[in-house]
Parts: sequence; C-alpha cells; structure tokens
Amino acid sequence: MAIYGTAILSLCVITGLSIGKWLGSLLGLDANVGGVGIAMLLLIFATDRLRSMGRFTPESESGVVYWNAIYVPIVVAIAATQNVRAALHAGPVAILAGAVTVAACFALVPVLCKIGKRTPAESDE
Amino acid sequence: MSDLIIVLTENSLVTAFAVVGLTVAVSYSLSRWLTKGRLHGSAVAVLLGLVMAYFGGVATGGNKGVADIPVLAGMGILGGAMLRDLAIVATAIGVRVEEFKHAGLCGAISLFAGVFVSFVIGGAIAWGFGYRDAVSVTTIGGGAATYIVGPVTGSALGASSEVIALSVGAGLVKAILVMVVTPFVAPLVGLNNPRTALVFGGLMGTTSGVVAGLAATNPKLVPYGAMTATFYTGLGCLLGPSVVFFIIDRYL
Repeated sequence: MAIYGTAILSLCVITGLSIGKWLGSLLGLDANVGGVGIAMLLLIFATDRLRSMGRFTPESESGVVYWNAIYVPIVVAIAATQNVRAALHAGPVAILAGAVTVAACFALVPVLCKIGKRTPAESDE
Repeated sequence: MSDLIIVLTENSLVTAFAVVGLTVAVSYSLSRWLTKGRLHGSAVAVLLGLVMAYFGGVATGGNKGVADIPVLAGMGILGGAMLRDLAIVATAIGVRVEEFKHAGLCGAISLFAGVFVSFVIGGAIAWGFGYRDAVSVTTIGGGAATYIVGPVTGSALGASSEVIALSVGAGLVKAILVMVVTPFVAPLVGLNNPRTALVFGGLMGTTSGVVAGLAATNPKLVPYGAMTATFYTGLGCLLGPSVVFFIIDRYL
C-alpha cells in the first residue's frame, strides 16, 4: 500500500531531522546540522534493505515516488513565498555581497571537481 | 464571490495545489512557445513564482511573498520547510549510492570552500562599504553564506539589527540569484552530472536556491545538490561566530 512508502519516508525525515537537531545542540548551535542529508541516507538504505528482503513492493514505492514527483511544484511554492521585495530593496551592500559570492562559487564548481578527480584512489576507499 | 473566497481560504492547501498546478501549466506553455523549450518549463515556473512573490510582498507589505495574501496562505505550507524536506528526502529514491561514495571527499571540500569563500567575499564587500568592525564584517559575510548563517552569527556576536538585516538581505539575494541563474550557468561550469551537483550544493549552500536551481536545470540532479547543501548552514553557523570571527578579528 502506498501509505507504507509514505510512512517509511516520513519516519526517515523525522529520524534524520532529530539526529540533525541533536548534532546541532551537541555543537551548541540553534541549527539543524545535515538532518535532511541524514534522512536521505536513511531512506536509501532502508528501501534498499526492504527491497532485497522483498518487502518493498511497487505499490509501497508509489507512496515515495509521488512526493518525489511533486518536487517541482513545491519548488515553485518555495519561490512564490520568498521575500523578493526585501531582496530587491536590500541596498548595494547586500546585493553585491550576494551576487559576487554566487559568481565566485559558480567559478569554483569546475575547479573543485577537478581537485576531486585527481585523487580517485582516495575517493575509492 | 465572497463565498468562493471563503472556500479558497478555508481550504488553503488545496487552493495552493491548484494555483501551483496552473502556474506550472502556464510556465510549460511559455517555455514551449516563447523559448522553444530552450529555457526549461520548471525554470520558467520558478521565475514566475518569484515574480508572484514580489507582487505579493508589494501588495501586503509582508515578508512571505504570496503567502501573506489570506487566499494563498496555503502556499506557505506547500513551500514551507516541512513539505520541502519531505520532498527533498523523497528525491533520494532515485539516487545511486555509488555517486555519493565517489564524490564524498569532493563534496566535503566544497562545503568548507563554499563557507569560507562566502565569508571572505561578503566580509570584503562590507569592508569596502565602510563597515570596519570585525562583528559587522563577519555578520555580513555570514549573510553571503545563507540568510540563516548571517543572523545566527550576528546575534551570537552581538551585531546591530541594521547589520543583521543587511546579512539577511545578502542571503536572500544569493538564494534568489541561484534559483534564477543556475539553468543558464550550468552548461558553462559542467553542471550536468551527480558529482558536479554535489560540489555545486556544497559551494552554494542555500538549500532553497540549490534545489530550485537544480530542479530548473535537471531534476535528476536535485538529490545530489541537496545532500551537501543540507550540511552547509549548520557548518556556517558553527564556523561563523568562532573560527571565522577569530580570523577576521585578528587580521582586520
């Protein structure tokens, strides 16, 4: 049943976010450290395990696939609820700080990819 | 008419699904007819969403885009952190674990590089505009990381509210720019594979910006970028008020 997939997804999100929050408080931060990333790893391993046991049927999977597919609409809603007015009226310091940083980080994307590729031995471990 | 508004408001999340569906449909048509598909439909949808957010903000004076309009309050739920996280995690269902293993080191390096570069550039620009105290420089630098790192750093260091507001502004500009320009810049920086998406997420860090930018470029890349971006804000909040502040305080 589809709800099984959605329930597994939800459990992974809740567990991941809890671990992220715990990691944050461990570091003395009021921030979630990697909660979503941990939840993604949990989901990957949980579904992998269940699939190999034959317990993760296509019907169950459809409960996850729906939320995967609804992703772009959620992104549109995220965009539609940004404080665009504040960003446009933020003044030159904020606009320059944001824009130059974005430009610099884009420029670094190919550079950092090359660094990683030169040491395939390390990443193969 | 007023009955309709009552129904729309009472069922705000359902209304949001309908509104977003219409927005996506219009965007895909625009993409096909105006750009002959060169600009992806989801990129047009993100742009349209941002335009709606601007007018929502102008109309209401609020800070949540269209979600401040009562009829569209459901957009705040649909685009809020809860469903965003649920959907991001769901994208992991299409992920190849091998990609994470091979690019793990690369992703970790990109995270640290992204955080430091943001602080350095944001801080340098703040300095150039006459902010000479280490607290303000670090806070605005934090804003150039994300709009959460800025205020967290600023309140930890005791920055003025004007400076904290500036840091939030810098973070917003960054998030929105990443959403808008990623589909255009992606071919120039080779952003077309999982490995590069991991690096991209680590460098940019703004989860909303990264996932929207990647969704508009190639939805298959979303989980990889989201994976590293999700560690960025935590890392920034950790390093900002501590290591970065000490370095800036020492050399300023």
